[in-house]
Amino acid sequence: MTATVDGVWRALETVMDPELDEPITDLEFVESHTVSDDGVATVVLRLPTFFCAPNFAFLMVADAYDAVMEVDGVRHAVVTLQENQTADAINKGVAAQSGFVKAFEGEATAELDELRTEFLSKAAIAGQDRVAQPLVDEGAHPDQLAAMVLGEVPPSVDLDRLRDRRRKVGLPAGDDAPLLMHADGSRVTTEQVPLHLRRARLRRVGIEANGHICRDIMQTKLAVGAP
Amino acid sequence: MYEKDGEKYFVVDSHSHFWDASRENWREGREEFAKGWIDCFYGYHQLGPPETHWDYEKYLKVTPEDFKRDMYEEGHVDVAIFQSTYLKEWYTEGFNTVDQNAALLEELGDKVIVNGRFDPRDGAEGLKQLEADAKKYNLKGCKLYTAEWNGDSRGYKLTDPACYDFLQAAQDLGIKNIHAHKGPTIWPLNKDAFSADDVDQCATDHQGLNFIIEHAAIPRIDDFCFMAVQEPNVYAGLSVVVGGLMHARPKFFAKVMGELLFWVGEDRMTFGGDYNIWTPKWQVEGLVDWQMPDDPAFSDYPRMTTASRKKILGLNAARLYDIPVPAELQLPTDDPAQPGEQLVDA
Repeated sequence: MTATVDGVWRALETVMDPELDEPITDLEFVESHTVSDDGVATVVLRLPTFFCAPNFAFLMVADAYDAVMEVDGVRHAVVTLQENQTADAINKGVAAQSGFVKAFEGEATAELDELRTEFLSKAAIAGQDRVAQPLVDEGAHPDQLAAMVLGEVPPSVDLDRLRDRRRKVGLPAGDDAPLLMHADGSRVTTEQVPLHLRRARLRRVGIEANGHICRDIMQTKLAVGAP
Repeated sequence: MYEKDGEKYFVVDSHSHFWDASRENWREGREEFAKGWIDCFYGYHQLGPPETHWDYEKYLKVTPEDFKRDMYEEGHVDVAIFQSTYLKEWYTEGFNTVDQNAALLEELGDKVIVNGRFDPRDGAEGLKQLEADAKKYNLKGCKLYTAEWNGDSRGYKLTDPACYDFLQAAQDLGIKNIHAHKGPTIWPLNKDAFSADDVDQCATDHQGLNFIIEHAAIPRIDDFCFMAVQEPNVYAGLSVVVGGLMHARPKFFAKVMGELLFWVGEDRMTFGGDYNIWTPKWQVEGLVDWQMPDDPAFSDYPRMTTASRKKILGLNAARLYDIPVPAELQLPTDDPAQPGEQLVDA
């Protein structure tokens, strides 16, 4: 089967900026993506600034590589990051499949799984605000919210997203899982509901405000281009 | 001083710079980083209103005349606090050193306060330098740039033992305000030097110091707020919060302000215009005019009052820096409204 450009794009849509919790395709981090007749996929990524953090950048380039390699018909993938302080080290590290520590020998001390988990865990909290807020607006009381399980929540993109983030950090995500839970998976009691929702909203505001700044800086860069 | 609708505001810009990012100052062999750094700032610059945008060449290095006009003549600022950021690994003479900043002291007198800096990785020599700077410039504050490069090191934490030595020394020298840059994620690798996690313990261990967390720890504003609730000597520096969001993303600006007002409170928020990323004029005027949107989504956020604006724009920082405020610009009564105990885990 011949790999298609659309197939490569769909694969890239599954790659997230770990801290912003959004796909790199929505964030315009994909500068170009092509695939040759003989199955070589070439992807170039870009970030809003030269100083965007190498740890997150490494995760995105490595995840993009893995995702593109899964596309039917892709025999070989070349995924590179451009115009970043550590682009060379990242590109070489990902191409050699050597891992983060090896790519930054002497500077990095740990692989990035923990970092990824930390932000997914925040996303799993923020997601509760996305799903619960409409219910609060409709008049749901704290005791109802504390008792509610995911299977009782009307289907939505936000609900799917919450389930996905929970699964990734090993938290219950099935129909019988509580809607509201702490980061460690424990249930939120009725008394804790108001403060828990405040905290969930703060997590969401933090993630989204950051996402907006990154988008704005990217727009600026694309529109004007720093000399 | 800024006056609007009969109300007078004493304005302290508690986070400003006077930098030299000119090509002549780009360190040989490190030009890419020096340029990358200022380009990054230039991206932020354009998040302000279009009529305030400068061309790139001007942006690299402004003149003392630009500074005076933008800050005092047009910008409504009564007192500007200079933050010193060295970045000598990239800029030969430093990006923004205490000596460069102090060059304006003689001319501007009480209108400017120069803050120092230290780097715990500089060891005994750094302590000596801090002492010399503190005496020479009567320092009351320091800016800490925890992600600064230093030789092979790409950052440090406020809780590093060497940093504690410096913080103690600073306190002994009469420095009581520590501005920690906890801002947009950049270097260094997995150490994540801009994570706000270290502020918590450090603030608890140094009750004699105030910690002004610049940029309110965006992108980790959530971690910051949860921590600030528990630490009364921690402040939210609004640099970047106002400049980066108020014009470009007003809805998110309202949410971020709402969260800060709720968790941290109006007595612990300080305005910083971040000159010369942005000029202060539009930020001061915008904050005075700003109100939480009248929309159900914002209904449970605290409202801004005239008193809140006066505190945030200047009175809070004046208190931290013992800046005399004319009687007509003070609030009639001091009625601090701190977030209550209910925000701390039972």
